[in-house]
This record gives sequence, C-alpha cells and structure tokens, in this order.
Amino acid sequence: MQPFLDFLVGFLNQLVNGISLGSIYAIIALGYTMVYGIAKMLNFAHGDVIMVGAYISYCAFQYWGLSPLASVLTAMVFCTVLGVIIERLAYRPLRQATSLAVLITAIGMSYLLQNIALLIFKSDFKNYPKEIINVPSLTASLYGRELKVSGVSIVTIVTTIVIMVLLTLFINRTKLGKAMRCVSEDRGAAELMGISVNKTISVTFAIGSALAAIAAVLLCSAQWNFDPYTGSMPGIKAFTAAVFGGIGSIPGAMLGGVLLGVIEILGGAYISTQLSDAIVFLVLIIILLVKPSGLLGKQIREKV
Amino acid sequence: MTEIKKHRSDTKMVPVPSHSIVPERDVNEIPVLETRHLGIEFGGLKAVDDFNLTIGKTEIAGLIGPNGAGKTTVFNLLTKVYEPTSGAVLVNGQDLHGMTIVQASKLGIARTFQNIRLFDKMTVEENVRIGLHNQIRYDMFSGILRLPRYWKQEKRQHERAMELLDIFGMQNLADEVSGSLPYGAQRRLEIVRALATDPKLLLLDEPAAGMNPHETEELMENIAKIRDQFQIAILLIEHDMSLVMGVCEGICVLNFGRVIAKGTADEIQANPDVIEAYLGKKKEG
Amino acid sequence: MNAKKKKLIYNAVTFGLVTVAFVVCRLLDSMNLMSRSFGGQLIPICCWIVMAVSLNLVVGISGELSLGHAGFMGIGAFTGIIFSGWMQHAFNVQDTTVRLIVAIIAGAVFSGIAGTLIGIPVLRLKGDYLAIVTLAFSEIIRSLINCLYVSVDGKRLAFGFLDSKLPGRLLLNGPNGAVSVDIIATFSAGFILIMITLFIVLNLTNSRSGRAIQAIRDSRIAAESVGINVTKYRMMAFVTSAMLAGAAGALFGLNFNSLAPSKFQFTQSINVLVFVVLGGIGNILGSVISATALTILPEMLRDFGQYRMLIYAIVLILVMLVTNNPLLRSFFDRLIAPVKSLFHEKKPSEPDFKGGDTQ
Repeated sequence: MQPFLDFLVGFLNQLVNGISLGSIYAIIALGYTMVYGIAKMLNFAHGDVIMVGAYISYCAFQYWGLSPLASVLTAMVFCTVLGVIIERLAYRPLRQATSLAVLITAIGMSYLLQNIALLIFKSDFKNYPKEIINVPSLTASLYGRELKVSGVSIVTIVTTIVIMVLLTLFINRTKLGKAMRCVSEDRGAAELMGISVNKTISVTFAIGSALAAIAAVLLCSAQWNFDPYTGSMPGIKAFTAAVFGGIGSIPGAMLGGVLLGVIEILGGAYISTQLSDAIVFLVLIIILLVKPSGLLGKQIREKV
Repeated sequence: MTEIKKHRSDTKMVPVPSHSIVPERDVNEIPVLETRHLGIEFGGLKAVDDFNLTIGKTEIAGLIGPNGAGKTTVFNLLTKVYEPTSGAVLVNGQDLHGMTIVQASKLGIARTFQNIRLFDKMTVEENVRIGLHNQIRYDMFSGILRLPRYWKQEKRQHERAMELLDIFGMQNLADEVSGSLPYGAQRRLEIVRALATDPKLLLLDEPAAGMNPHETEELMENIAKIRDQFQIAILLIEHDMSLVMGVCEGICVLNFGRVIAKGTADEIQANPDVIEAYLGKKKEG
Repeated sequence: MNAKKKKLIYNAVTFGLVTVAFVVCRLLDSMNLMSRSFGGQLIPICCWIVMAVSLNLVVGISGELSLGHAGFMGIGAFTGIIFSGWMQHAFNVQDTTVRLIVAIIAGAVFSGIAGTLIGIPVLRLKGDYLAIVTLAFSEIIRSLINCLYVSVDGKRLAFGFLDSKLPGRLLLNGPNGAVSVDIIATFSAGFILIMITLFIVLNLTNSRSGRAIQAIRDSRIAAESVGINVTKYRMMAFVTSAMLAGAAGALFGLNFNSLAPSKFQFTQSINVLVFVVLGGIGNILGSVISATALTILPEMLRDFGQYRMLIYAIVLILVMLVTNNPLLRSFFDRLIAPVKSLFHEKKPSEPDFKGGDTQ
C-alpha cells in the first residue's frame, strides 16, 4: 500500500505540473490556431513574439521600475502593437501569394526578431524576476504525503481558464468575434457581406500577440530564465498542440495544449527526461494517423 | 425550338432484363456497365438511391437531370471516388466492390471532370503521356539510368500521344502548358487524356460546359467519331439538350437521386415526369 | 523554342554550371587565391546543394511541404561517421576514398530505410498536417540520436541507449555526438555527389515516374483516375529525397572533427526550405544557385559582424515581398526591364506554385 500511495501522490504532483505547463502551451497554441483559422497561415514568428514579451516584461520590471502588473500590461501592449505591425508590413502584402511564400516570410520574421534581441540583449541567459508572479504555493497533505502546487502553477491555471472563458464569449457573443468566424469559414463570402477582412485579421493578430505576452510571463516565471531563442521550441510545441487538437479550433487548442504539457511532464518523469520531446511528437503522430484532422478538427471532404 | 442536328443513326433500342434498354447491336454482348440498386447516403441523406442502369458495349448514353439531382455523384460511384452504401457496380460483368479509383481505371473506366482537372503546370503532350501511364510502361531505374527501354518507350509514348491529340486536331498545341489553354481546348484535352488510358467506358462530365454553339456542334461530331473509332461506350452528363438529344442513344433522367425516366431521346422529350422535373408541376385548373 | 529543347538546354546549363564552378574553385585553390574561410565552406556548400535539390524533389516536384529534411541528413551523417570509424578501427581500412564511398552509401541506405518507415504513415496526410508530422519525425530522430552511444569493440560495434558505459573506442557519445572524427570528406567527392544528385533528380523528373509524381502534385484525383498509384509515386519521391539527404549528411558528417545531434534541429530543415523557395519551387538549377549563394552570403557578411544574420533576415523578407506581392513585383520588373531586355527575349510569366494544400 505504501509504495502505491507514494506513487499516487507523486503522480498527482507531476500531473499538476503537466497541466500547468500545458496551460502555457494552450495559451500559445490559441495564437497559432486563431491566426491559422483566419489568415490560413503558419505564423512561425509567433514563438518569437513570446520571446519579445519576455524581454519587455523583464525590462519594465527590472529597469523601468514598473509594478509587476504594469510590467505584464506593458509587455501585452508592446506585443499587440508588434503583432499588428508584423502583419501589416510582412504578411498583408502577401495575401494573394502562395502559402509557402507566406511561410518563408514568417520564418524571416522569426530570424529578424531573434537577431534584434541578440543585438540588444546578447545571447546569455537572463534570470527572470521571481517577483513578477509572487504568489505563495499551496501545500496540501494527502495520506501524510505532501501535495504541492507552486504559485506560478496556480496563476497559470487560473489565467488560462479566464482566457478561455473570455475568448469563447468574445468569439460567440460579440460582433467582431462573429466576423472572425465568418472570415475563418469563407473569406470571400465574408468580404461580400461587408466584413473588413484586413481589420479582422489585424484583430486576430492583436489578440494572439497579447496572449503571447501573457504566455511569456508565465513561461519565464516557470522556467526562471530565458534567452533570445526562448520562444522557438515552446512555439513549435504549441503549434504541435494546435494541430493535435485540430488546427483552427479554439477548444482544440486548449485541449491539445494541456494534453501536450501533461504528456511531456509525465513522459519525462516516468520514462526519460531526454526522451520527453520525442514522446510528445510521437503522440502527435499517432493522433494524426488515427484522426487526420486532430482531436476536435473538422474533417473536410474533397469535392470532386 | 431550334432544330436539333442529329449525330445518331436511329438506333433501335431493345430492353434487357435489368430494366434498361441497350442498342440492338450490343444486346448479345456483356454490357460494359451495369449498376444494381446502386445507392449512397451522406449523413442520412440519400444522394443516389436505387440507381439501375445498363449500358451496351458501344452505346452513347446520356445522364441528365436538374442541378443537384446526383449526376456527378453517380460518376463518383462508378469511378470509386465514393464507395456505395448499397448496391453494386459491374464493369464488363466484374463487380467493383472494394476497389480503388486506380483499380477501376485499370478495368477500363475513364472520366473527365465537371470542373476541369488537368495537370496544369505540365504541357499538353505530358498530360496525354500521363494518361498513357499504364499503357506504355517502363520502370523508375530505366528512366533514371536512361536505359534502352526508356528511349524506346518514350518514343512510343510520344507517337501515341500525337495520334490521340490528332482526334481533336490538337497536335500543334502539344508543347503548350495545359493550364494556359483556352477553356474549350482544356475540355478537349481532358477527353484525350481519358482516352489515353484505353478505356472501355468513357464518362464525360458536362463536356460542353462553357463551349459556344459552334464548339458544341464540333464536340458532338467528335463524340460520335470517338465511339466509332474506338468501339467504346460513352456515358455523358450534360445540360445542353441539343447535345444530349443529338448524340445519345439511351438517356437516363435523374431527379433527387432517383431515376425518373429511361428511354430514347424522343421518348424522354415526351415524358410528362421529365417535363415536370425540369419545369415544375403544372397548376391544376 | 519547343518544350523539349528548352528542357535539354536547362539540364545542360545546370550540369555545365556546376562543372564550371568546380573547375574554377579548383584552379583558384591551386593558385592559392582562395581565402581560408571560403575554402572551408566548399564541402558544406556541396552538402547544402544536395540537400536543397533533394528537398526540391519533395516540395517542388512532388508538392508536399516537408519540414523534416534535416532529420534524414542527421541519420546519414551519423551512419556515415559510424561506418567510417568502424572500418578504420575494426578493419584497419586506411584508404579514405573507400571509406568515404562506403560511408556515403551507408548514409543513403539507412536514411532511405528511415524515409520508407516514416513515409508510410506520413504520406497518408496532406498539406500542413504533413508538414508538422515530418517536423515531428525529424525531432524524434534527433532526440533518439541524442540518447545513442556507439563504440567499436574489437571487430564489432557496441550500442548503448541512454547508457554511456560501452567497451572499446567511443564513436558516438550521446548529446555530444560524434567526437574526434577522421576528416575524410573531399571537395571532389562533393562535386561528384552533386552531379549524381542532379542526374537522378533531373532524369527522374523527365521520365514516366517523374511525370506521375508531378501529376499527383497538380491533381491527385485526376492522377488516380488515369490509374496512377498515388502512394507508390509519393513514396518514390520521398524516399529518393531521403536517400540523397542521407548521402549529403554522410559527406557533411565526415567534414568536421566533431558533430553534435543538435546540428540537425528543425531550424536546419527550415534553412534548406528557404534555399528551395528562394531558388524557385521545382526549379533545380535555382536550388543549386540559392543554396550556394545563401551559404556564402553570411560568410561574406562577416565584416558586418553581429549584424550579418539581421541583414540575412531582412534580405529574406524583402525578397519574398518583392517576388510575391503583385504591386512590388511589377514595380521591380519595370525597374529591371531595360537590363533584362538586353539579355533575354521576352517570355511569358510562368504559372505560380500554389501551396501543397490548395485542393
């Protein structure tokens, strides 16, 4: 019985860690999935917007003396503006171009952001200030064993739930949200109905980038340090999560993100840390083979 | 009504056991196509239901009906794009059950598409050569290493492709990129590509769409010519009634996924159900 | 000019240009006119050319967006290193040419096997889903190599997975990758590999199989309807491409003293994709030129120090905008029209490539 209880409580601890990491992936995946759904493009630079968010919140707190909340808000505003500008300058001129051309431009944008950060901040790791998310951890006792949920985890999970609720309300209840759904379904028809496609895409990028800033704060608080390449791997994994859940689907991104985080942490804890990434990608492949359009994605039949 | 120019000899159509008619000349041959109670459902909706049709070995048949009647769905069932939910398709007496599109093609079904699907970044000749894929073959290594077999078969492919293009007088277009051809020429090229696969049954999905009356007239001649030259059966979907009535021997009318009439052109034109399906029900009064 | 003649000239120019470039480099080298840093780039350039041409076979000719090409290069690299080390230490083969040839063939074969195993599930997907799964596979390959330890013990190879305690001489050391590799790659081998790659890819494209592959790209359903076995021909392109990438990887791996698995991250696949797109989708000569230019460019920008990758990024974005935005494109066309007319007869614009997910 004792070893089983040890295992159980250990498992629960890891599960909480997994859900916490997965929530961060979910927030990033929302950005990918919304942009994909509406602009039909893979925004490879999304991960690097996260990195920018990390540096801005870091500077705001460390050098400009802002309060934690103000620092986060500053990062959100900056990333929102950045996201909209990137879309305006680099992606909008390519609206008629092939998807591959847009992909390469997004890759170029990703390089650009990384290299600007490298120039300004150099390549060394910076410690992310712990004070930005300063919430005491929760400890509970279970069969005499400690079940601990860190402050960052609590904030992460709560934030993710709030974002999910707000975003769902926004998409389903507001005029702008409905416009987004229209553009996602049929861009041409939406335009004929008088919906400004450009405006809708800008709003999508704004929301995605603001979420990226929030994800940046949560991610860096959880892993303590960051560098100009910080956004790259979480970006790819979040994109994987979006595909996992069915790209273009908002609940799918949430589900995919959380599942991915849980698999990564549990795989790392019980199989091998070195193989945790491989396990994540393997699960993705298996899911796509069983359900080629992701967990919650819609299967589209080709018309002949 | 303008006069319809006929390209059909007044074929005598005779009934066969499966509630269809075929030309008298084909009655002793195995029918090239026979469908038995063919049907497909999409999420509870019966797109095609209890579809029975027999086509003789050298018959030119028409499949007509209002928009959304399920005509293209029938084509997709015959070519195995869709697996039917009920019934069977027999090609030369062989059941297509469980076959793939490729297997159906190898049995001798070829088709064109309502919305043209050419290999549009490739030249006209290459399109026809792709149609010859299973007719004039050589393997990958002969191709990469340029073995003698490559040169021999490439030459045969070229000659055959030119012969086929000649049907529509398109030899001079052989080196054009197919995507840049005018609409009518693209439709003709699709037919040539389908013929290249050496079919027994050629399915044409709205071959005259987008063509002017003169081109349609020419197409009619060519459809009859193709049948005579290759001795194959042709089933065509068409909205242009002058073409259907002018060239088809047997005609099948589809509405809401069901066959509402079968017969010769004259019979179909006089059929009250067909008139109702196209023009709506006359008010009683 | 007819299409066939055009193709012949295009192929001749492609082979000719590579040969001329090789001879010129050789001459410069023998006259000691080549800078050290450029000389060191020659073999990697050969590898990247082979990578770009082989990826173009998948992306341009077959029309599938693959983001996992570096994975195959990685397999080839480490297979090549292991075979070369094995032959050297276990069988005392000192002839570097023999070892290099065997290593390159082994790299191609193992990479081809991996390509077959990966292709079977991957090629059931399409468009962006296929892209992300190829990326996932290449990351899995990298993670596995990261955990792999190999040593030569007497005549045999010893393998350890997540277990570094191996007898004998270590060839592969987990996350540190290959260490103290005997550098046996040569520029001539690189040249020959490029020529073989061009020969395979160009001849394949202009053959029955190649036309089937391109037919599937243009319209899968039409290709099936004329009796083309879609899986077979997509596989053919994918596996051929993987084998060539493996061969390039083996050459690449045997050109450095040490090589870590992290060298084959997905960013490397993306770099190769950039070569392919900038060189022109489906344009083999374009891939050769862009792979060369984009490998040399960062070297030439060395004077700009830390700004060089920034410049590279900006150039990349601008090139994509100029070549793909209709307004900017027509503006630039007008700008360079007088220059162009000096060299060329007017020719109609070619149809664009639409992404793999248009249908």
